[in-house]
Amino acid sequence: MANDAVKSEHLLQVQELKKYYPVRGGFLRRKVGDVKAVDNISLELKRGETFGLVGESGCGKSTAGRTITRLFKPTAGKIFFEGRDITSLRGSELRDLRQDIQMVFQDPFASLNPKMMVGSIVSEPLINYGKGSESKLKEEVMNLLSRVGLPEDAYYKYPHEFSGGQRQRIGIARALALKPKLIVADEPVSALDVSVQSQVLNLLKELQQEFNLTLLFIAHDLSVVKHMSDRIGVMYLGNLVEVADAQDIYADPKHPYTQALISAIPQPDPRNKSKRIILSGDVPSPQNPPTGCPFHPRCPKAMPECSDKKPQLREVNRDHRVSCLLYE
Amino acid sequence: MSTQESLLKVQNLHTGFEIEGKTYYAVKDVSFDVKPKEVVCVVGESGCGKSVMSLSIMDLLPKHNGKIAQGEILFKGKDLVPLSDNEMNQIRGKDISMIFQEPMTALNPVLSIGFQLDEVLINHTTSKNEEIRRKSISLLQQVGISRADQVVNEYPHQLSGGMRQRVMIAMAIACQPQLLIADEPTTALDVTVQAQILELITKIQEEVGMAMLLITHDLGVVAEMADRVVVMYAGQVVEYTDADRLFYAPKHPYTKALLDSIPRMDETREVLNTIKGIVPSLKNMPAKGCRFVDRCPSAMPECAEIDPQLGEVEKGHAVRCILYDASHPEKEAEVK
Repeated sequence: MANDAVKSEHLLQVQELKKYYPVRGGFLRRKVGDVKAVDNISLELKRGETFGLVGESGCGKSTAGRTITRLFKPTAGKIFFEGRDITSLRGSELRDLRQDIQMVFQDPFASLNPKMMVGSIVSEPLINYGKGSESKLKEEVMNLLSRVGLPEDAYYKYPHEFSGGQRQRIGIARALALKPKLIVADEPVSALDVSVQSQVLNLLKELQQEFNLTLLFIAHDLSVVKHMSDRIGVMYLGNLVEVADAQDIYADPKHPYTQALISAIPQPDPRNKSKRIILSGDVPSPQNPPTGCPFHPRCPKAMPECSDKKPQLREVNRDHRVSCLLYE
Repeated sequence: MSTQESLLKVQNLHTGFEIEGKTYYAVKDVSFDVKPKEVVCVVGESGCGKSVMSLSIMDLLPKHNGKIAQGEILFKGKDLVPLSDNEMNQIRGKDISMIFQEPMTALNPVLSIGFQLDEVLINHTTSKNEEIRRKSISLLQQVGISRADQVVNEYPHQLSGGMRQRVMIAMAIACQPQLLIADEPTTALDVTVQAQILELITKIQEEVGMAMLLITHDLGVVAEMADRVVVMYAGQVVEYTDADRLFYAPKHPYTKALLDSIPRMDETREVLNTIKGIVPSLKNMPAKGCRFVDRCPSAMPECAEIDPQLGEVEKGHAVRCILYDASHPEKEAEVK
């Protein structure tokens, strides 16, 4: 049972996960190609850690998050949750799994039903899984609401009566209701203003410790991801290009894309204007990704062989993996 | 620098919206100036009035309920507020131009890029017809579009977000304006593209020799670009100084709290500072007293009573807070 050792340390393991969306065209709507949204990512989440997945729009980070939670069916690869293969679970087994894996979504305006009372929104997962009697239910929901910092009368209100930050708190309360082991938070603060963003980030951190949660934190803002995460994975065009400790990735980025990404973030310090590495061009289409390394057309350090050979993610330092031919 | 004449001087600006028969002020008593070739950043959270302020300068407020109720907008000494639409049309796009946040909605989807660029030149220059297309192509080259001669015949949907923003910039600089107003020009873009666009804007600003009013919510962008900074909160200017002092010696409690609440790459902090509560909505704005009082960590009882005025605490550094008000007895003691 090789899996037993794995089980104790890793809550989630993802192996060579792929998710392609078919592109249909022509009169018969035949499949004419694939959008390779996630093209081969492997990662593992330790219990109780926060793993940050960062990348620009269209890099496949949201698809990766939703495939891992099995909202989407993976095209290839394996997902293990607590050592158990969940890649092709169906029906009631999948339904049971969802108690342990919950999601917080980006847009707090679109992810809450405007016609439902906040109390019903938060109690729905509990009712759905037959948890708690009716009398206890309300008490439990009230506790959840106050834990995420909402007033008690929020129970009887509707989502439109709340600000963006408060709505995100409702979304977090809903995700917490079933006491999940893993929460996938997909850009939970990108719709919020900075002063409110810090409130929600602090709340997520507190709750994580209190409920011993494992968090997969997906975002495009590297400073936010670094603040939240123990480890960070950087994605580019469906591929994981670098995985390392949050401190390491900032102090010693290895992949040319990570280096450019970090240098591109404007720092709030006028005396220390960053030396930016300006990448040329735009992200290529995932429908027709470049051969070899997906980053080579924009890479300032590209070599001739980068266009032929696709690099693999390999360990260059302890717990620091990079997929780049420079390090092979 | 300070003796130099202002290119744009906004004084005492009040912009109101009429909702159900009542007027609500989205911009209340805003004053600042922009000197030639200078970059002034306006920073604030959503709903602070920074966009309404820029629309007021351009006279682009929604006609049915938006109105400048009070104040002056002096451009090269001439007040823009009383100007007619026709007179404003002469200035807009020529002397003052603007780029917007969302380049997809700011460009017309059914007209080619070339047509939209030509239009600016036809309206504001005396160039001959055959020259205009050539000028449009060279403008596209100037903003770093490599296949400019093809792109002129393409439509906005064929371009990426970064390319569209480049086209917007090309249109804005077509007539070599003296002032460019950029309203969140990089907010819709990814960081690596944002870096490209910011660099382009800086390069063009130096080439054309124009001043810029850059509106943003991102303090990182402010630090990167600004000479001077206007911090807005709930429709008012709360702090107004140069970039260095804003980041190294902020005075207003709001500015301080805002700077502390952003996660930074170069530090390890477990808990971020937060500002309690949210920005009051236009309809729930306190009738008197400081508009930040409910969220302010250094609020005093009188803050809810006295309307603080924007006053200079030292040369070139103005703050709207009674902690710094010389006429207030408790001032300096409280600060320390």
